[in-house]
Amino acid sequence: MHGRLIRRLFGSVMTGATYGAAVLAILPLAIILAMLLVKGAGSLDWNFFTKSAVPVGEAGGGFAHAIVGTLIIVGLACAVGVPIGVAVGIFLAEFGGGQLGFVIRFIADVLNGVPSIVIGIFAWTWLVKPMGHFSALAGGVALGMILVPILARTTEEMVRLVPNSLREAALALGYQRWRTSLQVVVRSATAGIVTGVLVAVARVAGETAPLLFTALGNQFFSTRVQGPMAALPLQVYAYALGPYDEWHRQAWAGALVLIMLVLVLSLVARAVVRGKRQHA
Amino acid sequence: MTPPPTQPAASRAEAEPAVVPRLATDALTAWYGSTSGVRDVTLACRENTVTALIGPSGCGKSTLLRSLNRMHELVPGTRVTGRVLLDGYDIYERDVNPIQVRRRIGMVFQRPTPFPTMTIAENVSAGLAIGPRVSRTERADIVEHALKRAALWDEVKDRLDDSPLELSGGQQQRLCVARTVAPEPEVILLDEPTAALDPGGAAHIEELVQELKREFTVVIVTHNLQQAARVSDYTAFFYLGELVEVGATTKIFTTPTKPQTEAYITGRFG
Repeated sequence: MHGRLIRRLFGSVMTGATYGAAVLAILPLAIILAMLLVKGAGSLDWNFFTKSAVPVGEAGGGFAHAIVGTLIIVGLACAVGVPIGVAVGIFLAEFGGGQLGFVIRFIADVLNGVPSIVIGIFAWTWLVKPMGHFSALAGGVALGMILVPILARTTEEMVRLVPNSLREAALALGYQRWRTSLQVVVRSATAGIVTGVLVAVARVAGETAPLLFTALGNQFFSTRVQGPMAALPLQVYAYALGPYDEWHRQAWAGALVLIMLVLVLSLVARAVVRGKRQHA
Repeated sequence: MTPPPTQPAASRAEAEPAVVPRLATDALTAWYGSTSGVRDVTLACRENTVTALIGPSGCGKSTLLRSLNRMHELVPGTRVTGRVLLDGYDIYERDVNPIQVRRRIGMVFQRPTPFPTMTIAENVSAGLAIGPRVSRTERADIVEHALKRAALWDEVKDRLDDSPLELSGGQQQRLCVARTVAPEPEVILLDEPTAALDPGGAAHIEELVQELKREFTVVIVTHNLQQAARVSDYTAFFYLGELVEVGATTKIFTTPTKPQTEAYITGRFG
């Protein structure tokens, strides 16, 4: 009887501990969100979204150039990184059993661990220097290079999850390997692949280091991809380090917008999965 | 391609005029690396009959079945020696395309595997995607005909554009049968098709097999002796990778000649 009580007590304590650990893990996120909301929400006015930077000392400036810049640069990154990353992931899952697959997987894992500033330097050496100027293009390519190994691994995981029985059923019908891979296997894994893409894009949208010497940042509104362009994380960085209160206010708001972007992308990713599951 | 061989009388189930059987094997051995899953099998299946492959777990019956439509070789490290003759022509000849073989010999698996991202109608016509182009109306006709042959038409005719995952297990399996018959193969292989189904669903599939043999040649692997006795015309008993005995089902189940066969049939092992 005594032993039973102790076991029950121990069980409750451990359950409580796991709840506590969960709360502890969520706490920093909650605090960050709360802090950003408190400090930044007040500065989210119409001007913030529609006006670009104004001369120091003037009021009414905004982050429009940075928001549009981020959208353009991330768009470029997707154009470069998504097709390559997803294709490599599909290859690894469907045909990556042998030596080549092992080597590619290893390279992808190593690239996943490379600090993003190193990627930025790489893009600087191969794009900025030859071109002679900083550009959003270089920034997009740098972010795309970060996307590729992430997407290769997540896509591979998702395609691997498709049960082998589905592959066999397609092959038994007389489907060629490529048709089996694309029309049956990958189609079944689409929801998972899309989720992976959205989550990776959310992560890459907030990368600052690679943009430091590729896109560089821009005080003015620009959509010229061959020239320097503003981006949210760069602008937040620049304004946060500046001496003006007005700038600090806007930096908080910029950080809030950045995290909202991540949140929205994650929610969309979840909605895609839920939609597919309901349809299925 | 080699010309059709004359059939040795010893390997036939009963004496009859030398008609080329629809599907036959000649000293077929299926290898997993250096071990054989099934050895030296010589078997013939006549057109429009149902042949059941029975035996305890691990006896090689599924391996043999998968060698009949060149699915066995898809597993890395495997190979097949010997011949499999479809209408007298060896499907393992050097210049034979395995994809063409699989279009003429269809297979239904143990677990129902409808393609989840396609509708019911698209599932049925999935096999047509690789053949000659068919018009929309032709495709719809083929889908209807296949579903009728699979005894599923009445249950799904109003929801052909729905997801197949809404169907029950038995219905999904019949859908897989419809998908297999739509491209008009010559032989249908069934690998324990009712193992994952409830008795009602299983009964439907068994009725289906009887219907299917009118148009196709059927080979069915089954763990269920009563099912083999119910649905098949010929039965082949396998044990530890060897073909022990083959003959008319009634004869195998009432007067088997080999002691192992009798032991298995009467339930003394397996």
